[in-house]
Amino acid sequence: MRALLLRDLRLAMRAGGGFGLAMAFFLIVVVLVPFAVGPRADLHSAIAPGVLWLGALLACLLSLDRMFALDWEDGTLDLLATAPLPLEMVIIAKALAHWLTTGLPLVLLAPMLGILLNLAPEAYGALTLSLAVGTPALSVIGAFGAALTVGVKRGGLLLSLLVLPLYVPSLIFGADMVRRASEGGAVTTPLLLLAGITCGAIALLPFASAAVLRVNLR
Amino acid sequence: MSDTRPLLETRALSVGRGGVGLLEGVDLRIMPGSALVLRGPNGSGKTSLLRTLAGLQPPRDGTLEAEPDDIVLAGHLDGVKPTLSVAENLRFWAEIFGTSGIEQALRTFDLDRLRDRMAASLSAGQKRRLGLARLIVAGRKLWLLDEPTVSLDQEATGLFASAVRAHLDQGGAAIIATHIDLGLAPIEHMDVSRYRAAPPAPDDFDEAFA
Repeated sequence: MRALLLRDLRLAMRAGGGFGLAMAFFLIVVVLVPFAVGPRADLHSAIAPGVLWLGALLACLLSLDRMFALDWEDGTLDLLATAPLPLEMVIIAKALAHWLTTGLPLVLLAPMLGILLNLAPEAYGALTLSLAVGTPALSVIGAFGAALTVGVKRGGLLLSLLVLPLYVPSLIFGADMVRRASEGGAVTTPLLLLAGITCGAIALLPFASAAVLRVNLR
Repeated sequence: MSDTRPLLETRALSVGRGGVGLLEGVDLRIMPGSALVLRGPNGSGKTSLLRTLAGLQPPRDGTLEAEPDDIVLAGHLDGVKPTLSVAENLRFWAEIFGTSGIEQALRTFDLDRLRDRMAASLSAGQKRRLGLARLIVAGRKLWLLDEPTVSLDQEATGLFASAVRAHLDQGGAAIIATHIDLGLAPIEHMDVSRYRAAPPAPDDFDEAFA
């Protein structure tokens, strides 16, 4: 499993691997929003939690279709399925690699972009924490969507349609947690719900993903 | 483990693709040290049979007895990552299969000089050799090979044939779908078309509209 994780990380760093794509997209969204809504600092503060979470979520979505499609096209997935590594572990390794190359950079980048949106100073801790807790769920749910659509040519649209509804709970509680923090309120409830979604997704979805992948490989 | 136990045995195996039966009643028995060459026209089910034996798709009917840990498959696609070097590609599979050392595989397929070359810059035949070198790295007893000599030149085909021969001498076995005579001495041939599944009965046609 370590070998697969390291290979995926190495592939992501090499030319054409797509590392940085998510961060660039996140940066573009957050930089453009103030231009779009006009020079009103109070409005920026009000929408900052939602915009930051939405930007991170869409940035995650951007690189999902590569997760299995590339290994499917060059036959690696067939070979991995017949290798001693259980398919569930393949899913976990790939979701983890996706999170390390997409989710984690977004977590680290978000506080810097919060400044651009005039985010309330009290909310920076909550922003980082909510993304750190919430984005693993996005990668694991995304792996499930990618496994479902792996044989479909240009499956990106179908993948987005399947995955976005499953992202909604994370988005609601994540953005809510940042909003509450910026208003000086307690964040425990949304944090626990967000953590619950992530834990549930990590516990259940690798098995579901491996099952649909087996069907897709027939 | 005694050498008299077959590595793979099927009884009345039926194989299909996309819900359509292709082969039925396939009885195979692969002993260590033996090789079986599958022949048959395009679309006769050689690939589907190999994928079924490898466990990628379930048989439609019949029994398949094999130890999944004995089998390694080499299909039409090589599973080679273009942005990794030759050595990195092989080392990855060595770690996945829990074996050590890629040197023997590099030597067998004459890839020593190319070891630090990016796989993207390999020719089709070199890529194929890299894909086949994975078989040696995997260290499995039973090789399932689907058209292994496609895009190999005569010399590389010779390398491949001697690799198979060495594998058989070490007690391994191979099932090979190929149209080329590899010059392997003790070899069985099987024409898959004699197992061709009967076409669906005519009354199935009406059921489609039922």
